[in-house]
Amino acid sequence: MSAVNVTAASKIFNKGTTKQVDALLDVNLTVEPGEFISLIGPSGCGKSTLLRLIADLLEPTSGTVTVNGKPAAQARLDQDYGMAFQHAGLFDWRNVAKNIELPLELKGWDKEKRKSRAMEMLELVKLPEFAELHPWQLSGGMQQRIAIARALAAHPSILLMDEPFGALDEMTREYMQGELLRICAQTSTTVVFVTHSIPEAVYLSNRVVVMSPRPGRITHLIEINLGIVRGEATRASNEFFHGITAVREALRGTRGDHVDDLDQAAKLVTRNVDDR
Amino acid sequence: MFILSIALVAALWELYKVIGPQDGGQLLGAKILPRANDRAMPHIWDMLSRYGRREVRGSDRKIWSVVLAGGWFSFRLVLAGFILGAAVGVGLAILMARFKIVERGLLPYLVVSQTVPLIALAPLVVSWGGKLQLAGFEWPRWLSVSILGAFLAFFPVSVGTLKGLTSAPAESIELMNSYASSWRQTLLKLRFPAAVPFMVPAFKLAASGAVIGVVVAEISTGLKGGIGRLVIEYAREATGDPAKVFTAVFGAAALGLAMAGIIALGDIYLMRNRPKETAT
Repeated sequence: MSAVNVTAASKIFNKGTTKQVDALLDVNLTVEPGEFISLIGPSGCGKSTLLRLIADLLEPTSGTVTVNGKPAAQARLDQDYGMAFQHAGLFDWRNVAKNIELPLELKGWDKEKRKSRAMEMLELVKLPEFAELHPWQLSGGMQQRIAIARALAAHPSILLMDEPFGALDEMTREYMQGELLRICAQTSTTVVFVTHSIPEAVYLSNRVVVMSPRPGRITHLIEINLGIVRGEATRASNEFFHGITAVREALRGTRGDHVDDLDQAAKLVTRNVDDR
Repeated sequence: MFILSIALVAALWELYKVIGPQDGGQLLGAKILPRANDRAMPHIWDMLSRYGRREVRGSDRKIWSVVLAGGWFSFRLVLAGFILGAAVGVGLAILMARFKIVERGLLPYLVVSQTVPLIALAPLVVSWGGKLQLAGFEWPRWLSVSILGAFLAFFPVSVGTLKGLTSAPAESIELMNSYASSWRQTLLKLRFPAAVPFMVPAFKLAASGAVIGVVVAEISTGLKGGIGRLVIEYAREATGDPAKVFTAVFGAAALGLAMAGIIALGDIYLMRNRPKETAT
């Protein structure tokens, strides 16, 4: 049974009006258990929309999405997946442990069980001494690790991440990538990861899904063969550069009207404009 | 700081009495400068000394105890009005946040409600209250006064809370949805905590609204025992004893300060775990 199965899924916003947007058109994607998949592409290619279809935060206009063999809606009710966003989105009014307990609280776990699970998750992300602090007392990287701990607190089999390291500086980002791989290997979690960064996608993934805008669709599926154990040496390896080149060339054909994927700075500016 | 500013205001008052025109003055042809004589602007020490006097000749009650008792009486009405208004305001905000159509239908009426003069409304509420008799429950007059306080209090609370309830970031709402959280769970665990920084200033406005509503309603319904009644009674004696009315006016101001103090304490408690720079 595959972890995620998207079949002929389309998502059209404002259908039939002048503001109609074909966010996704006839997308097919299968993610196997334990796999790490990245979705990459220029702004407006529908990668975040695809992630939200899998999460059942959006419903497809047509087509089907199954998660762990169930309809996506049922998988959401069963908390089969955890989610992390670009902004860690921790609640200021809860301390770190209480933030991690949030999904467990909503599931109706009792207090003792919640507490011990929160500690277990804090050990996993190597921040056990920060349980009593509040999120705004932590650095951005620490906040994101807490957000991952929260996403995995209910032991979901799948982790859905929407540019989780997009707001971090480069050094922290590389450290977080290593940590994420370690955590996912330790918990054998399947990951669907949305990113703008080519090296990030290549470093993390078993497969990179390259998408293209207007209408949003999948253009390439690129296998990355960097092995299971990845570290600093991986980033200097020939396979890593081959992967980056392959993804870059796939993206070149999908360039948006105003997005230059080779120019990181221009891309960041464009993204910021799009976010408003 | 507060004590200092009070002293400053008192000093300015006395300074104007020294340099201001005794019978008012004209500025650019318009009669706008207030009279600085003792009848219009009594000395500060005259006002304060009135607290030690008997209320009326032959009475054994000093003015300070009368004002204090009136203040306590009004304070309870204000508190009742504030709690009632806050409850109604929060309730309306929840309804409006839950159902967009309620917001669009209700919000204009809320705005209009605040343009109705309280003075005009007061006798109406009293007469409605007098006609209501539910299972032997006699509608007390003070309840009408509290309701008029609540009438001024609920509006800032409903608008502020609505803004707060819809202030949670979209990502946080998505996060709660990803946990299949019910609307009620999201309300209690995300929307309300996120609304607190918006609700505290709204409660501050509501507290002063409740004070104004109660004092004005006491005057216009003629309810005995409160600070509003004292203001109007002492004002009638202003020709003979101009300093006396200020004792009651200061009492009303103290009432507002007491309410503001309660809200400030609540603010400190609720915001104790928040980042300090965003605390209001």
